[in-house]
Amino acid sequence: MTAGNRVVFVDGVRTPFGRAGEKGMYWNTRADDLVVKAMLGLIERNPTVPLDKIDEVAIAATTQQGDQGLTLGRTAGILAGLPRHVPGYAIDRMCAGAMTAVTTTAGGIAMGAYDIVIAGGVEHMGRHPMGFGADPNPRFLSERIVSADALNMGATAERLHDRFPALTKERADAYALRSQHKVAAAYAAGHIQADLIPVSAKTPAGWTLATVDEAPRPETTLEGLAGLKTPFRSHGRVTAGNASGLNDGATVCMLASEQTATELGLSVKMTMVSFAFAGVEPEVMGIGPVPATEKALRKAGLEISDIGLFEVNEAFAVQVLAFLDHFGIADDDPRVNEYGGAIALGHPLASSGVRLMIQLAHQFQRHPEVRYGMTTMCIGLGQGGTVIWENPHWNGAR
Amino acid sequence: MSQYDSIDFTDLLALSDAEVVTHSYVHDVPLPSGKVLALVTLDNGMDYKRPNTLGPQSLLEFDRLLVTQRDRAAAGEIHAVAVTGKEFILAAGADLSRVSAVPSKAVAVKLAQLGHRALGRLGQLGVPSFVFINGLALGGGLEIALNADYRTIDANASAVALPEVFLGLIPGWGGAYLLPNLIGIENALKVIIENPLKNNRMLKPRDALELGIADAMFGSARFLEESLLWADAVLNGQPVSRPNQPGKIERLAKWNIAVNIARKSVEEKLGMVAKSPYLALELLEQARKVDKEAAFAREDEAIASLIVGDQFHASMYAFDLVQKRAKKPAGAPDSSLARPVGKVGVIGAGLMARQFALLFVRKLKVPVVLTDINQDKLDEALAYIHAEIQATHDKGRISSDENQRLQALVSGTTNPAEFSDADWVIEAVFEELTVKQDVFAAIEQHVSEDAILATNTSSLSVAEIGAKLSHPERLVGFHFFNPVAVMPLVEVVNAPQTNETSLATAMAVAKELGKTAVITTDSPGFVVNRLLARLLGEAMHAVDLGTPFKVVDESVAPFGMPMAPFELLDLVGLKVGAHVLDTHFAAFPDRFFRSDNLHKLAEHGSLIVRGRTDKITGYDRGAEAIVKGGTTPLTAEEIRLRIEDGLADEIHRMLEEKVVSAPEDIDLCMIMGAGWPFQMGGATPFLDRIGASQRVFGGTFHTPLIAGTNA
Repeated sequence: MTAGNRVVFVDGVRTPFGRAGEKGMYWNTRADDLVVKAMLGLIERNPTVPLDKIDEVAIAATTQQGDQGLTLGRTAGILAGLPRHVPGYAIDRMCAGAMTAVTTTAGGIAMGAYDIVIAGGVEHMGRHPMGFGADPNPRFLSERIVSADALNMGATAERLHDRFPALTKERADAYALRSQHKVAAAYAAGHIQADLIPVSAKTPAGWTLATVDEAPRPETTLEGLAGLKTPFRSHGRVTAGNASGLNDGATVCMLASEQTATELGLSVKMTMVSFAFAGVEPEVMGIGPVPATEKALRKAGLEISDIGLFEVNEAFAVQVLAFLDHFGIADDDPRVNEYGGAIALGHPLASSGVRLMIQLAHQFQRHPEVRYGMTTMCIGLGQGGTVIWENPHWNGAR
Repeated sequence: MSQYDSIDFTDLLALSDAEVVTHSYVHDVPLPSGKVLALVTLDNGMDYKRPNTLGPQSLLEFDRLLVTQRDRAAAGEIHAVAVTGKEFILAAGADLSRVSAVPSKAVAVKLAQLGHRALGRLGQLGVPSFVFINGLALGGGLEIALNADYRTIDANASAVALPEVFLGLIPGWGGAYLLPNLIGIENALKVIIENPLKNNRMLKPRDALELGIADAMFGSARFLEESLLWADAVLNGQPVSRPNQPGKIERLAKWNIAVNIARKSVEEKLGMVAKSPYLALELLEQARKVDKEAAFAREDEAIASLIVGDQFHASMYAFDLVQKRAKKPAGAPDSSLARPVGKVGVIGAGLMARQFALLFVRKLKVPVVLTDINQDKLDEALAYIHAEIQATHDKGRISSDENQRLQALVSGTTNPAEFSDADWVIEAVFEELTVKQDVFAAIEQHVSEDAILATNTSSLSVAEIGAKLSHPERLVGFHFFNPVAVMPLVEVVNAPQTNETSLATAMAVAKELGKTAVITTDSPGFVVNRLLARLLGEAMHAVDLGTPFKVVDESVAPFGMPMAPFELLDLVGLKVGAHVLDTHFAAFPDRFFRSDNLHKLAEHGSLIVRGRTDKITGYDRGAEAIVKGGTTPLTAEEIRLRIEDGLADEIHRMLEEKVVSAPEDIDLCMIMGAGWPFQMGGATPFLDRIGASQRVFGGTFHTPLIAGTNA
């Protein structure tokens, strides 16, 4: 084994994200089929990758039962027709499932255990509402290890507003509106569609082809946002408009050692610099990206000012704002979520990490002036995860 | 086809009050090139067990939807139309459930015309049409695809076929014209004539691709997505190659020759009675001249003439027996009473015993032990069985793991004590009462109390075979037909002492063996042999009277049976035949015939003379000399009437005696056990419609008759 391989992000794709529930476009589509279709799309657009050289398939899901059970990485690999000798496994770190699939397999590549891997995630929240069927240990509450709010993501977001009074509902709504607008603009420019794998989906009225995300509401207005209910608290601040929704979708990406990518002539869209995860109080899980990012920067030997592009998952607007405030970044800084985020696109929990990477990779191509970018997200039960990437298109060295 | 535009189809709706309507839905799909494809889904809203079928309402809905798409295409809203089905199913064809209620040929014609109109729209949209064959596509279902400009197929579609001729129909929604013009006449003959007559063989997706029925094939995981991408490429100029499409030379030189060869082969195989293959051949021949309107009109006429005819009605009846009644055997006890069979004992090591052992181990995959007193014979049997299993492996039909598994499951022993934990013991010893009695009495000392015993006797009384058992209630008759692996029928004999557990176990075992089981009483010859004995007895009797073999064989040609009487005797074996006639004569001397001549023929050993390709060319001179001497020969007409009446009489008696529950079971037995044709409906619909039932017992087996309106 040779340690210290550099890890590259070869390519990433995703299914369009659907709205969860009976009216959503994937109501009759299985979660594992979403992963398989995304995986086949990824393979198809990277035809030079020898499938028998894939060393691992890691697929994340938060609720690993039913069509998200049975060791997804293995079943999806078989169902996608990968050679039988290609192994696979399933991963869970709630919202950061796909991100963890990437970092864990990247660790394997760095170690020299893998040359090429497929990593991704899926969440069909229509079929698997968050926490459904879970059985939290009663000690959590009886011993007051966490408060009841810790298990309710909306409530943790309200607590973040409590902790940072400067983060007002108005700021959150304004942020949310910008997310919708940025997504609409990115769609208009064709930046999002480039990495979507259309998915056929059966409805009671025949087959359709899902080609775009179902959740965005480009018609959103500040007035409309202001009038929404605050379901987590009476007279609270968190609404369906300034939070991500419940969604169905799958993402996959391909990572390789830099050496393998060079040998096989694979595309290199990003190069991994460092990653870190960090725990925080579960009651304010949204603050998780802050310590995770500080740790990742420290390991990379970088400052926050070195980061030219940010992909911050928008579980809640307030959680993004808390991150930005901490690092002294403006609410509307153009480096942050250039194509919009989960508030508009949706957040199918365990799949979202790779969506951030897909968007960052796309932005890297368009921003050769940027050397470093970051993908970061908060994680239920009080964690954050951050991956720092280097732009292979960076033109500053020359 | 504009010829169909002005027809009023409302009178067809009278036939569709209970139709399970296959709805047509449409969604616009944006393609990568920016073009828009209208994706039509056919879906009857049921699961895969109730496939989409096309009745009048379904066709009218599809028709209306396609008219809308045509208008949208003209307005520039869409650039292509594609049709696909619900999960696993495109469509299983025309809804035939009410076709027997079609009152007249005039209405039958409309059924064909409506199909032509609706499906034909796919050729008149003004934009390219595609069918994405996502699953099962049979008959009219496949014809939807044939009417389109392009086709893709799912690599896992369960079957693709035009089975009409098997059912006494012809592919009449364009298939008989479109298919040969798409894939060439020889391939089309294979799909439309040859396969249906090979016990309704169907095509796999790979075959459909190679024949040129489909232009492209994609895996199931992304079938629709890939089909849409392919359609987009075609819309943007990607050429589609169709190497099998017939050219000028094929039309001028090859076409008629191919049809004639096919016609000869059908004549040899089926005789001239069955109508649908010949009508199909005629249509295929005419398809050479490229004139779609005329061809479709010919299809309308042909299908209508068949729908109101007797053969189609008998075929539908037969199809229903084979599809449904075969799966729910009449008189079967509750299947939960069946004992699980975890080990099988076979008594004997002869030819039959080996066939049993092979079948049981292949299907049940449990230990199978053969026993015989002769170790050499056992060794020989085991070597044979092991070699046969090995051969299936070498042909690539089972994996090496499966090969080793099956090999290890078969063993032989001279020690009957090894039967102590067998759950099912079947004998395959000499067909003699005392031998079977003694064998069972001996084995009963060794088997457990619960073990079920089965006898494969064809001519002895099951009750008598069990006479020396202390627990005769565990004995059941289990009569296979030769060759055991191929013939789909087992007659399960419910002897007076047989208890429900034994009967239920026998039914379950038959099912696991993949056989159709019919329950009969413990009566001579059960069903199939009794009727064949009556028929062959009459045939031999006519010869004994001085009628030439040829006259006898030709006398039943109007039935359209697969084999003439003496061809059948030759196949069964003259010795066996003579024995069967003897035993039936012994049981029913008043009306069955035995024949000394047949014993002499058996000794002589030859009856039929065959040419190079196994084709029958005549009768053995020596055989003709042996039977010489009769002085009162019958005419073919006389023999035919005697056989018709004899069969009607015997079946009538069997039903009076309650040998089986209903005439349907007799027909099922004759179809599955003797290969009697669908167009006869087995036996009883035929005997009713030719008047034999009326002549013999002044009634009919079926009311109303299973016959066409011929109106």
